[in-house]
Amino acid sequence: MDERPRPDIRAVVRPAAGALVAGVVVAVAGCGAAASPDPAATSPGPAATVTGEVFVSAAASLADAFAEIEVAFEHRHPDVDVVRNLAGSATLREQVLEGAPTDVVALANAQTMAALEDAGLTDGPAVTFATNTVTIAVPAANPGGVTGLADFARDDLLIGLCIEGVPCGDLARQVLDAAGVVARIDTNEPDVRALLARIAADEVDAGITYVTDVASADGAVVGIEIPSADAIVADLPIATLADAPNPAGAEAFKAFVLGEDGQAIMARHGFGAP
Amino acid sequence: MTSPTPLPTGRSRRRDVVQRPPAVFVVLAVAGLALFVVPLAGLLVRTPWSNLATLLATDVVTQALWLSLVSSLGATAISLVVGLPLAWLLARVEFPGRRLVRGIVMLPLVLPPVVGGAALLFALGRRGLVGGPLERATGLVVPFTTWGVVIASTFVAMPFLVITVEGALRNLDGRHEGAAATLGASRWTVMRRVTLPMIAPSLASGLVLTWARAFGEFGATVTFAGNLQGRTQTMPLAVFVALDGQRDAAVAMSLVMVIVSLVVLVALRGQWWPSR
Repeated sequence: MDERPRPDIRAVVRPAAGALVAGVVVAVAGCGAAASPDPAATSPGPAATVTGEVFVSAAASLADAFAEIEVAFEHRHPDVDVVRNLAGSATLREQVLEGAPTDVVALANAQTMAALEDAGLTDGPAVTFATNTVTIAVPAANPGGVTGLADFARDDLLIGLCIEGVPCGDLARQVLDAAGVVARIDTNEPDVRALLARIAADEVDAGITYVTDVASADGAVVGIEIPSADAIVADLPIATLADAPNPAGAEAFKAFVLGEDGQAIMARHGFGAP
Repeated sequence: MTSPTPLPTGRSRRRDVVQRPPAVFVVLAVAGLALFVVPLAGLLVRTPWSNLATLLATDVVTQALWLSLVSSLGATAISLVVGLPLAWLLARVEFPGRRLVRGIVMLPLVLPPVVGGAALLFALGRRGLVGGPLERATGLVVPFTTWGVVIASTFVAMPFLVITVEGALRNLDGRHEGAAATLGASRWTVMRRVTLPMIAPSLASGLVLTWARAFGEFGATVTFAGNLQGRTQTMPLAVFVALDGQRDAAVAMSLVMVIVSLVVLVALRGQWWPSR
């Protein structure tokens, strides 16, 4: 159907995930903050020409890694203010399709990005900047005594997955299908951080998240390896947008993520190399 | 609209004087109305009319619509049973901290529903203040059940009933009740035969508002009750999910919500409100 560009929907609030709410708060705060175009400032290095606001829409699973990348990038480019918009990849895709002014998009799988590439919205093809895979995630105390995928069929457990259509939800279903397990799902969460929060709060007994999410949960969530998951790896694509309000900033951010420092941060958060 | 023959009450005479509104008011009112009408037009423009029936005749939609109707009516019923006495207490009984209690009852009107949902989770979740002991004692877990949806909806919607009924009770001329009591009616009879009939229109409009709020409830539900087709996925949640990728279905479901809500609000307004 026809996609008419709409005015700014940056502050679209998807009131589902705590992490997301925080992201929107950041986004709203960022909208108010005027960029300080002061080239004479004490900006070291040759890359100091990048200024202004860089609006980055990133998959929820990238929340922590991109928080660190933002700090490092802003340190290198003091005149830049990175604004992160975190949500499920499918939500971000729809926002961009609806014309939300965005500089950089980083999603959790290639299929979701393909919709943006096919619509001609990206500035050239997307580039894989990291890989990720899924794991069983349970609360630290493992109250359900979960040991493997077979437990997802148990009726006495509260099982959460990401919703279908979101990369982590699709991967989880692939893994379950491959194992021949029919999961008795109790809730389908809109993005992986919403699911992680439920597991960390001990509200569900088991879910399937990314390996990196478990690493980010500071011990509140324990991962149980899925042996077959090695075969199911998601490539995370990053792209600048053709209509980026800040093309120079977008390019610099993408280069930073793909560069040595960005890749080191991704590795530290448990992502695989592209 | 208004009767051409002047009515004998002072109120009607005043109405005749303000019959012709100032032009600036009309302009401002139209601007205000546009804020409501334009988004509806946007929805209609996007509506895939040709395959509307196909989009709506799916399990997802029928289950979500059914769940929305059941849970919103359930929330309305609970609100009536506990909200009416609460309104009566707030209107009629002096007790210390009444203003604070009224503030707490009104809180869900201004609180973001997500916050309400999170608070419900901290209270009734299986590691929550009440939910923890409840699970240990009975094995019951409220989140991820249709009861969770009903509770979340009641939480956000009941203030509409309380605020409407309390206002009506406060404005009630106490002489009728006094007369009935003087004539020997018991307190219960006075309440049943005098008070309730006199506040009936307000009670009805409070119930309709409560239902409408519950029917559209999203934030507290998704936070507290989760999202599962057929169990906790109400229409607003189904729309939210469908917006990410199945836009036509989302628009079709939105249209259903608009129509159902509009029919109820328009039909019941003529029925119960004084529609002068």
